[in-house]
Amino acid sequence: MHGALQEVENVCSTLLRKKLVYNRSDEVGIVLFGTKETCNDLAKEIGGYKHVVVKHDIKVVEEGTKDALQNLPRGTAPGDFLDAIVVGLDMLIKRFGNTKGKHRLCLITDSQHPLRDPPEGTKEDQVDTIAEQMKKHDIKMDCIVFRESGVQHNSVMDENDQLLYHFRDRSVAKVVQVDTPTSLLGALKTRIVLPVTIFRGDLEVSSNLKIKVWVYKKTSEEKFPTLKKYSDQAPPSDKFASHEVKVDFEYKSILEPDTVVPPDQRIKGYLYGPQVVPISSAEWEAVKFKPEKGVKLLGFADRSSIPRHYFMKDVNSFVPEPGNKKATVAVSAIARAMQEMNKVAILRCVWRQGQGNVAFGVLTPNISSVNNVPDSFFFNILPFSEDIREFQFRSFSSLPSSSQPTEEQQEAADSLVKMLDLAPPGREEILRPDFTPNPMLERFYSFLDLKSKEPDANAPPLDKCLRRITEPDSDIIDYQAPLIQNLGKAFELKDNPKRKKARTQERLNYTAADDQTKKSADPYAEKAKAIEVLYPSAEKVGKIGDLNPVQDFEAMLTERSSSIWVQKAIEEMQKYTTVLIENSPQGDYYQKALECIVALRKACIIEQEPNEFNQFLTKLYKRLKNVDDVAKFFQLLSSKNVSLISKEEAPDSDVTEEMARSFYLKPEASSQ
Amino acid sequence: MDLDPEGIFRDDSDEDDDNLHEREANKEMVVYLIDASPKMFTPATTAQSDEKQETHFHTIVNCITQSLKTQIIGRSHDEVSICFFNTKEKKNLQDLAGVYVYNVTEREPLDRPDARLIKEFSCIEDSFMNNIGSRYGITSGSRENTLYNALWVAQALLRKGSVKTVVKRILIFTNEDDPFGGITGAAKTDMIRTTIQRAKDAQDLGLSIELLPLSRPDEDFNMSLFYADLIGLEGDDIVQYVPSAGDKLEDMTNQLRKRMMKKRKVKTLAFAITNDVCIEACSDYLSVLCSFTKCCCDLSINYLLLFVGAITWLDSISNLPLKAERSFICNDTGALLQNPQKRFQLYNDKVVKFSVRELSDVKRVASHHLRLLGFKPLDCLKDYHNLRPSTFIYPSDEQVFGSTRVFVALHSSMLRLGRFALAFYGTPTRPQLVALVAQEEVISSGGQNEPPGMHMIYLPYSDDVRYPEEVHLTSGDAPRGTDEQIKKASNLLRRTELKNFSVHDFANPALQKHYGILEALALGEDEMPDIKDETLPDEEGMARPGIVKAIEEFKASVFGENYDQEEAEAAASKAGASKKRKAITDAASQKSAAYDWADLADTGKLKEMTVMDLKSYLTAHGLPVSGKKEAIISRILTHLGK
Repeated sequence: MHGALQEVENVCSTLLRKKLVYNRSDEVGIVLFGTKETCNDLAKEIGGYKHVVVKHDIKVVEEGTKDALQNLPRGTAPGDFLDAIVVGLDMLIKRFGNTKGKHRLCLITDSQHPLRDPPEGTKEDQVDTIAEQMKKHDIKMDCIVFRESGVQHNSVMDENDQLLYHFRDRSVAKVVQVDTPTSLLGALKTRIVLPVTIFRGDLEVSSNLKIKVWVYKKTSEEKFPTLKKYSDQAPPSDKFASHEVKVDFEYKSILEPDTVVPPDQRIKGYLYGPQVVPISSAEWEAVKFKPEKGVKLLGFADRSSIPRHYFMKDVNSFVPEPGNKKATVAVSAIARAMQEMNKVAILRCVWRQGQGNVAFGVLTPNISSVNNVPDSFFFNILPFSEDIREFQFRSFSSLPSSSQPTEEQQEAADSLVKMLDLAPPGREEILRPDFTPNPMLERFYSFLDLKSKEPDANAPPLDKCLRRITEPDSDIIDYQAPLIQNLGKAFELKDNPKRKKARTQERLNYTAADDQTKKSADPYAEKAKAIEVLYPSAEKVGKIGDLNPVQDFEAMLTERSSSIWVQKAIEEMQKYTTVLIENSPQGDYYQKALECIVALRKACIIEQEPNEFNQFLTKLYKRLKNVDDVAKFFQLLSSKNVSLISKEEAPDSDVTEEMARSFYLKPEASSQ
Repeated sequence: MDLDPEGIFRDDSDEDDDNLHEREANKEMVVYLIDASPKMFTPATTAQSDEKQETHFHTIVNCITQSLKTQIIGRSHDEVSICFFNTKEKKNLQDLAGVYVYNVTEREPLDRPDARLIKEFSCIEDSFMNNIGSRYGITSGSRENTLYNALWVAQALLRKGSVKTVVKRILIFTNEDDPFGGITGAAKTDMIRTTIQRAKDAQDLGLSIELLPLSRPDEDFNMSLFYADLIGLEGDDIVQYVPSAGDKLEDMTNQLRKRMMKKRKVKTLAFAITNDVCIEACSDYLSVLCSFTKCCCDLSINYLLLFVGAITWLDSISNLPLKAERSFICNDTGALLQNPQKRFQLYNDKVVKFSVRELSDVKRVASHHLRLLGFKPLDCLKDYHNLRPSTFIYPSDEQVFGSTRVFVALHSSMLRLGRFALAFYGTPTRPQLVALVAQEEVISSGGQNEPPGMHMIYLPYSDDVRYPEEVHLTSGDAPRGTDEQIKKASNLLRRTELKNFSVHDFANPALQKHYGILEALALGEDEMPDIKDETLPDEEGMARPGIVKAIEEFKASVFGENYDQEEAEAAASKAGASKKRKAITDAASQKSAAYDWADLADTGKLKEMTVMDLKSYLTAHGLPVSGKKEAIISRILTHLGK
């Protein structure tokens, strides 16, 4: 368990952070077990319960709760989770007694160590007793069993798992098994949302067969929190200032922009093409579409007639009415029949009276794998015919042979698909959506926490576990390096040179973002770098200084935000070089000017601006070739083969190689 | 009233979420060039039946009407113009013979479609012969070249708007594959040459010319005779254009409809498959970067959920649109603010401030591209792994050569091995895990049903998944259907099967009704349209004896024999509950009648009464009883009108 303590700390911190934002009055306690020391009430009162430490008593969440999670001690004793559960349960009961509220225990364990034998009865009996207590006080438990993949199962683990499943069978606990630190982060629900039904009533198979169901949301996007606008108007002395900003909407007539039209003088206008059709609410109410509330079955269809990509929205769950045995059996029978026959049901749902539209969707069976969880259905919204846009794309078989993979390439692709297997046999599925936390939210809450302490802090980088979500596992990539190189070799991918200019910015962006993750030694530097790519700082670019002209120029090129910068950089460099050559006493600066011209030439080739350079050089040459001193400079250029950019180097150039070679010779010939 | 007050059908997506909303700037202008030669009016099918035979002209009018209707709902900013050629009459700016630009009052020749245009165009066939007339345009002896004229008129119509922001298209509908077949000699070559030159000029100006050919029943449309040169097709491309199966008019209509819609690329993504880092030891500032095995693909939206409710506020007196003005007011001082740049979040009762930039930094967890993570078997993609409509990706060689090849190779590997790809899609608004599911091309007689490519399905995170089925756990095992009951259910399933189910058959009743009403109002009609709700179950079919029997058997097997009776009793006891509620209300009104509320309120004695007594007033008058004592008192006062 020691290897994952950091992740345990992270996931618990996220839970606390969310509580500090959304549920300020929640209370949390922390119990460690398997520690060297012992410190808990039960040990003091009745003895036993060794190696269990109450790290933090149950209290309203605060800064201190988080601190208690810092630097969790690496215990030395085998962890006995039953003891820990009893201690936790005792704390909850002592603290809350029979007061109302949601009470839950979260157990995170690797459940690898043998449990202490109870003084009397079996361990199962002990579990029964504990479960009884939990039920009596309406306490639920989430168990997360974390075992690194590759850990050999042994009889102790099996026995422990059985005990945990026994809790589940007694309907007081939920048990999940995870095998990567990343899924450990996702396994604990860090924010509990009270489930609310969106519909309770009959699933009407026909007018005389109705099954009582409750409909809940199965998936619902947890949004990035909406931050309020901040007002700095309140005087700093005002401790109770809300700092909030009220947003007011005023509707003004176009004819008289100064008069505000009161709400009762406003009427809604619906857009129909270019026309605006004014309709009052009352009129609209009289004519609008008013479907009757109810969930009706249209019929059953083959599963294959509804491809997966037709699913449109977040998913609902149809569960049989709680406590209604007959409904449970009916749902179970139909769900199992659907599963066997590979069918789905098509439904039309109006959840509420007065709802202005109907939900049209598909019901698929959800056969429960756990004994005490009833069978249920998933419901997905389907598109209406208006929502579907049937675009036509060229079929792959009619693509030219240059776009068809060769046999060798196909093989390389096949082996890539096989190799990057995220659901290898004998392991838990990697990156299962159900256990994968949202890296953006995780990052936001840790940033929020950091900012509350250091207001000027920068956003922290993603930590290692979260990066496993955004990019491939580097271990696998390293391990399979030859295969991957094979794929790279098999396919020749080239950037389109014509499109390169426009894309350079994006490529820089892309690779810079990636670079940082590769060598993220300095998180702040990498962020600064990313920002610079996005927002080039004003001082840095735009000026070519005397000290390092070539570097300045290159900086200008790389850190530009738009194509204007390329133009600007080239212009600046031309000006600078000209000045340098013209003001060079006895050719002192010729070496420097040579470097500048070489850099400029190279940049013009890369940026596909050969004519820019050619014109510049031609002009310079024409103007200065007869100035004695400068003629030496051109000899220097000639000797270094720095001439016009030819067609061979840049396709846009209209200078042939011949012309480039003879560029410096021609005038000599004419002067002779 | 908003048609969707709960907003359950609305995505509260951010404005900048370019995934779901195409940019408005992406406007389209289309000229429909319709051949009106007599050949278009001959029966389109070889069927010898006595029924009224459809003509190609009719098919086209239908298609365009349908397309206009879709357009007015979905993309009403696009502009269209309808233009016939090979007509007797002429009506166009240049006054060219044989070209008739169709229009209705109060509308520019090239403008957004409106209700009147759709209405009048849909019944144009009745009056076409009288008002516009049809004739063969290019005949030997005459020097007229109607096709040339038509292209010229179309080009002139499309003059407005810059090609940078507007997509301009000319769509030619015809069933004549050899328009210059009627003439011979030098005149023919000359006409062909000038017509092709005209088309080329138009294309050089950024107008795209597309052909929607209709095959005659006896012969297929031969592209290579003339039109391939006109629209600049070569080699393989021609194959794409040849319409299939000319004998099924219905299929042809379908194909036309699909082809009329312009694919719009949302964006091009780099799809990083692997990254082999090979840093070149060279000072060249571009090559000191990792090189990626990446391919590019275009993303397009195949589903755009339409919902009603695009409204503006009007002045009820003048019916003129109102301008909404937003102002920010400081809650503490009441001062008027400029758009505040800082945001804050209460955390641990402390105000934590963020700049907009910092927030966008936090959201940027990965580069703005698709990153391949690995592959999984298809059964790992569960039915509940869904959040929003999927998008479609198709390879593009525009930026990285060879992309298509890698994509095709991966596509076929994934199909063959039954895998989907898991990738990370790093949009700044919501970086998300996506499943890329390879889609095989599906072709039916009606053309391409499913294009080849990959569907990008947005997966939930653990934070987004809930477990409602585990909320109400019973202590014992949950009851399951027995084999017998499952057998009965299977029988029921078989009986009530929907044959050949397709989502294409179901129109959104709310949307249809909404726009039906608007159309009627826009045209000033009194009659409100009656829209058929296709989503209602087939009551008649359900009453068939076979189905009724299957249902009865299932009911008896699952619910027991006396279920209906038990239900009735349960309902009765519920009615008892409502009786009880009525009794409570009665008691409350009696109790409340004992007080003179108005007097109590006037003398300010309400504060001295107990909450229970106060609540009796609320119950008696059917008001909510929640809240603290002050809230209750104020509610009573409001109700009394004080």
